[in-house]
Formats: sequence, C-alpha cells, structure tokens
Amino acid sequence: MTIKEIQNEIIDEFSMFDDWMQRYEYIIELGKSLPLIKEEYKIDENLIKGCQSKVWLQGEQNNDKIVFTADSDAILTKGIIAILIRAFSNQKASDIINADTEFIDEIGLKEHLSATRANGLVSMIKNIKMYALAFDAKNKN
Amino acid sequence: MLDIQKIRADFPILSQTVNGKPLVYFDNGATSQKPQIVIDAEVKYYQEINANIHRGVHTLSQLATDAYEISRGKVKEHINAKFAHEVLFTSGTTHGINLVTNGFASILKPGDEVIVSSLEHHSNIVPWQMLCEKTGALLKVIPMNENGELIIEAFDALLSEKTKVVTVNHISNALGVINPIKYIIDKAHAVGAAVLIDGAQAVPHLKPNVQELDCDFYAFSGHKMCGPTGTGILYGKEEWLNKLPPYQGGGEMIKEVTFEKTTYADLPHKFEAGTPNIAGGIVLGTAIDYLNSVGFENIHEYETELLDYATKRLSEIEGLRIYGTGKNKASVISFNIDGIHPYDVGSIIDKLGIAVRTGHHCAQPIMNFFCIPGTIRASFSFYNTKEEIDQMVDAVKKAQIMLS
Repeated sequence: MTIKEIQNEIIDEFSMFDDWMQRYEYIIELGKSLPLIKEEYKIDENLIKGCQSKVWLQGEQNNDKIVFTADSDAILTKGIIAILIRAFSNQKASDIINADTEFIDEIGLKEHLSATRANGLVSMIKNIKMYALAFDAKNKN
Repeated sequence: MLDIQKIRADFPILSQTVNGKPLVYFDNGATSQKPQIVIDAEVKYYQEINANIHRGVHTLSQLATDAYEISRGKVKEHINAKFAHEVLFTSGTTHGINLVTNGFASILKPGDEVIVSSLEHHSNIVPWQMLCEKTGALLKVIPMNENGELIIEAFDALLSEKTKVVTVNHISNALGVINPIKYIIDKAHAVGAAVLIDGAQAVPHLKPNVQELDCDFYAFSGHKMCGPTGTGILYGKEEWLNKLPPYQGGGEMIKEVTFEKTTYADLPHKFEAGTPNIAGGIVLGTAIDYLNSVGFENIHEYETELLDYATKRLSEIEGLRIYGTGKNKASVISFNIDGIHPYDVGSIIDKLGIAVRTGHHCAQPIMNFFCIPGTIRASFSFYNTKEEIDQMVDAVKKAQIMLS
C-alpha cells in the first residue's frame, strides 16, 4: 500500500469512534501492539528531542525501503508513534520525503494532544523525514 | 466553617465544562483561579483610572498612583513588613529571585558559599547557579530523605562562616512539603548568612509574617493567590535593599541623571524601573483583601480536610504511590501509579474533565532523586470540594484500567 492509502485507512478507522475516550483506548491498543525496538537501539542518540516522555526511534534500510522501530516509556506516546510507523515504515525514502502529514489533522490527533505532546508529534515526524533524507542522500552518492 | 458553594460562585471559571465534563480544577499550584471581584477590579482600573504612576500631576495619574501605593500598603500589612518601601512590586517570584541574585553578584567572592535545597523549583536553583558561575562562589545543596523532607542535620553540617546566602522554599511546589524555615533562617543568621525564602507555593495557603520569620528576602507571585498573572512581590529588609545595587536601569528608579553620573531613587523605586504592571499591582491588593475576607485560618482548616480526604481516597488505589509523605504538608499531592507514565494518566483524566499537572514540575532534581520521569500533581484550593476529589479518584481508577 502507498503511504496515502495507509493514511486514508487510519482516517477511516478513527472516524468510527464516537468520542475521544474510545480513540484513546484505540491508541493505547496500538501502543501495546507496537513491535519492540531492539534494546541496543534504546540509546540516547536515538531519543527524539522535544518529547516530554522518552521516545526512541531507529530507522534501518531494507533494500530500497526504510524500516522504523520505536519505543516510548508512555503508552499513549507509543500508540502515536505506532500510527506514524504504520504510515511511514517499509516505504521508499523518496515517498517518505514527499508524503504529506495531513492525516494527523484529519484524525484530530493534534488538537486533542496537550501542546507539549503535539510538539513531540511534530518532532517524531521530523525525525522520520530526517532518516529518509539521510538514506536518500546516501543512496545517491 | 466556609460556605463552599458561596465561595465557588465567586469564581466564574469553575462553572464551565471541559471536554463535556464539569471542570475539576486541581492545578492550583501552577496558578489559582480568579474571583469575580478581582476580574472586576482589573476592568475598573482600565475603565476609570488608567494613567502612568509617579509621574503626572494630573488627577488620573494621582488616582492611579494612590491606588498602586495603597496596594503596596496592603501587601505590607499582609506579610507584616516593617516598612512599605520594603515591598517591591515584581512580575513574579522568578523576577524577585533574579533581582536578589543579580544584586549579590557584587557582594559574593570566590570561595563564598550559597546553600540551596534539593526541594527547590528550577527558579530558585538556576539564578543561584548563574550567580555562582559569575562570582566563583560554590553552590551547596541540602539533601532530602525518602519522605521528601529536608535532612536538617545535613543543613547544619553545610553551614560555616563561608556561607553567605541560604535559600529554600517555604513549601515545595512538587511535593507540598512545608519546610522548617524558621529554624533554617535562625541557623543561617547565626553564621552571618542572608536568607531568601521562595514563598510562591506558601502564599495561597498561609499568611507569612516576615518580621517574625526574620527572613532577609521573601519572594512570591500574585497569580497563585487569586491575583492577576504577571504580578509578584519581593520583600527585602531595608538594610539589604539599600545594600544591593539596582537590578534594571531606566525611568522611575533615578534621583538625578547626567551623562557623568546618575544617582538612584530611594526605596522602593530604586528597584522599580520602567512603567510597572500598574493594573496588576493594584488588583493584587484586591486579591489579598478577598483572601483575607475568606480568612486564612478557615482556608488552612478546610484545605487540611481536603488533603486528608484525598490522601485517604487515593491510597485506596492499588499500586499508587504518593511522593512527599512527611507530616507537615500543604494541600498538594504528588503521585504515580506503578508501571504507568504520569503523562498517560494526565491525558486520560483531562478527557474526564480533571485538570492536574503532570511532569517534573520544574523540579528535576526531585524527580531524579526518586528515579521517576515525573508525577501527577493534584493541588487543592479552598474552592475545591470532596466531591471533586471523588471524581478525580474515579478518573484515576478508570485511567489505571485503560492503561494497565
């Protein structure tokens, strides 16, 4: 599936919930199902700045795609990063670079996060894009 | 006995709903809500007497100046300062502390020592660190025990003739612990050190008596005691305020200006450069009147009841740990639930209408001491109720189920 198709799928899923408690429950479920990052990657260099809870993000190249793994010490944060990983992991660097992130607004995630958490979300997306840019540059050389 | 429903009616914000649920405001440690009388006073100032103070001969300027100075007088009475000119208007506690640390930059010498406590807010750590970097003085820290109480014997051991300043908060913002400041002040004075008390968390709960305490400085914020944001007070003993150099240069703080030399105004104006928050300063007086009309004895009695009730109810929750378990506490409870991040709990209960603070509360050394990323902090005011505490406990239980 393309990034856009996955994003639309996520939008559909979130539109099924009536209230934010249900959405939170779903985010928590997603957080619990996030595949574990290898312990060796839970290092300070992989910590995302701007998050109030700890978030580790690691990107690896797998043929022409980038695979992301992550973890957080807060479960809601873990759920949010699980949504991002679903949208952006196992995609080509160029597709990740060019992808828009409007689906975040469409599922209303940002407005329902505290300002500090919303900043963290922006940092996560930035880090995902930075990985893609770095791999893209490396491949071109 | 307080008539809580009558008091709640004084605070218009309390009747609103948040996320479709009635607001339960337990973030009073961050800032208090404002009674209508305070909101009205702010409006009245701008509608009727807005003018710059201490400058014009015109009537409005006189009225504004009088109102501002009357408010200073109210603060003086409230904290029992000896003179009104020992009461400086600031923008808040942080401003007051920085005014003092800036002044001490010309007093401290390399090797002098400054003692802070491990319970401080970053606002009462960082300015002193900056002062020490500037002067070569050394920063010493009073440690705390597992209950969140300062280890007083360790403080005694830190004191020496090298100690020039001791600073400690009256009440810890992160844990609610009330510190033995009278003991600390007397001991510090015995070695000739000056003492600054950070009273930010104390003034909503009690009436500090600065002459009885004999502290050299007492800094606090107006917005935590039903006053407007951007207001605060630094009390300083006359002799110390005369000794310290001005903090900021500008209008109002001068006696005479020539390009060769400027002489400074007398207290308190020496430390009040520029046009201050006139409306805020005046309305802070209104807030103090309001609190005194409720009565600090009543406030203390009722808030103690709320604290005891909340402690009992929260303790029913399995896996919940309260931080700051000493006997002497203000109506603040900091807690965590085993295996759950405080942000997760805070986010969920926010959706249920409960406003608490989550995080490190600008006191990272305390969080490091307990090896935790932060806590959930519920801080109660005299307008809160036991029913609200029940709602919070239910919300926390719900969050625990969702997050486990």
